[in-house]
Amino acid sequence: MVQLKLKRGSENEKLPLYSQYHKYRKQKIVFLFVSIILLLFLVIFAASTGSIKIPFSKVLNAIFTLKTNGTGRIVWDVRMPRILAALLVGGGLSLSGTVMQSVLRNQLASPYTLGLSSAAAFGASFAIIFFDAGTGTTSTILVSNSFAVAASAFGFCLLSTLAILLLTVLTNISAESMVLAGIAIGSLFSAGLTLMQYLADSVQLASIVSWTFGDLGRAKWQYLVITALALIPVCLLFFNHRWDFNALDTGEETAIGLGVKTGTVRVLGMLASSFLSAIIVSFFGTIAFIGLLGPHIARRILGSDHRFLLVSSPVIGAFILLAADTAARTVLQPMILPVGILTSLLGGPLFIYLLIAGRNK
Amino acid sequence: MILEVDNLEFSYSNVDVIRDVSFMVEEGEIVSILGPNGTGKTTLLKCLNRILEPKNGCVIVDGHDAAVLGHINLSRKIGWVPQHGNASRMKVYDLILLGRKPYFRWSPSIEDYKKVEEAICLMGIEELSMRYADEISGGEFQLVQIVRALAQNPRVILFDEPTSSLDIAHQHQLMTRIRTLIHSSPMAAVLTMHDLNLALRYCDKFILLKDGHIFASGGRDIINSENIREVYNMEADIIEAGGFPLVVPV
Repeated sequence: MVQLKLKRGSENEKLPLYSQYHKYRKQKIVFLFVSIILLLFLVIFAASTGSIKIPFSKVLNAIFTLKTNGTGRIVWDVRMPRILAALLVGGGLSLSGTVMQSVLRNQLASPYTLGLSSAAAFGASFAIIFFDAGTGTTSTILVSNSFAVAASAFGFCLLSTLAILLLTVLTNISAESMVLAGIAIGSLFSAGLTLMQYLADSVQLASIVSWTFGDLGRAKWQYLVITALALIPVCLLFFNHRWDFNALDTGEETAIGLGVKTGTVRVLGMLASSFLSAIIVSFFGTIAFIGLLGPHIARRILGSDHRFLLVSSPVIGAFILLAADTAARTVLQPMILPVGILTSLLGGPLFIYLLIAGRNK
Repeated sequence: MILEVDNLEFSYSNVDVIRDVSFMVEEGEIVSILGPNGTGKTTLLKCLNRILEPKNGCVIVDGHDAAVLGHINLSRKIGWVPQHGNASRMKVYDLILLGRKPYFRWSPSIEDYKKVEEAICLMGIEELSMRYADEISGGEFQLVQIVRALAQNPRVILFDEPTSSLDIAHQHQLMTRIRTLIHSSPMAAVLTMHDLNLALRYCDKFILLKDGHIFASGGRDIINSENIREVYNMEADIIEAGGFPLVVPV
């Protein structure tokens, strides 16, 4: 009988293939560490960059001492909410996209392509018009009661998710029917949004259009705390199912043959990823392509193993969004572009490049 | 008896696909389910490990009722080799490690890695193990799927059309490996097949399915001209070539 508790070193000698595999796994872990360190460097760079340049040493000093006077005020009150928003939104949307692509077995699944953004935009415009949440004006955003707008957007996102799930339960929870239901319901909400825009007066219309630009400038500490609190249980749930997602990648029948309750994993995965995206989209608006780019780049570099993909994809998504937002803040200074415009502008061509590079490979 | 199927029934939207199917499989046996297209061969196979939930009937595997075993325990008893598995962007070793999933909760133990290594060595695919699954050939991928099923340490392995996408040389290589494997270990195999000659050469028992029920079952003698006419609606002679029976359409 083989002893279970043997020292790993002596095992490696007896299991040559495991030894090779162990080295390969180590390489992936090193990559994850390096990418997290690069992301931290980008955070410091983003905090120092803007209309007022702050030296790295002062940024680090402000971050570690939590100082909120002088340059510390710029770092903590102006730049850090935006930076943390980029990390949470980029990471959260990429994480949602990764899980949606796995449980739906469709490389094009993301919060954006499944119509959640349309549902949120409809919900926001509904609140702006019927709850009078958008008639007040500020210098940049024409939304006076942003919490009411976010709550309405979130409510319609959940409604859309429940409708997708209900439709798919009626059709035996197949992955294909979930994607089709998502597209159909997203299309309904897009039509509803157009109707809302038609009914709106000029100030309301400006508010609706302004809301649909995905913008990290809306970041408030309350938004960040709520988003972070939503991320924790969702991350734990996804990480707990990482082997199930790997099994689902090999096909529905194989996954069942490996003891996975595919229907349960699919519904749970969709519910959690939709919930997370709903919170993000409701607070920050439509930020396209991040839910596709993060997972696709991570898959290309590290493969489809969800033990690593569920970490690397959000790190890459956060990196891209933070880089894009830093560029959006600085390229046309003093004007600050909503990052949603930049991700759509650059995300499209980058995605086409990834598709072509993948095909050539 | 390693597998007992009793009065199994399955229907899609109230249309009966499988009716009153009963058979038994013993340790070391390779049983092939044969029959024309659309007769329910794959559906029957999927009912055995509850990829599809049967409407009625009972499957007893290794003395346990599959209906009450639960998904995880059932996957420790029955391995599944699909006709077209999805070769995702993972190393072959990762895919085979998935075969140990029914045995661990959080992450694989050294024992799991040992079983993976044993299964890889048993089928002789060591050189494939660190390659990406989406970069190997169809025949190699079929072997990988079998090794993954072996890593499950099952009593029965189900193969859905294992040779359908392979050339003649690879068909015979694969069936030779399956036969050697099943005859030398405490397991059994049930497979669906279209090629009667391949089945006659490598399988021990045969189930001829017609319109979702068993038309005939038993040894090589049930593959005769009369049964082929009834089941496939085709005239054929059975001749002997190289010591093996051969079905020749006339």
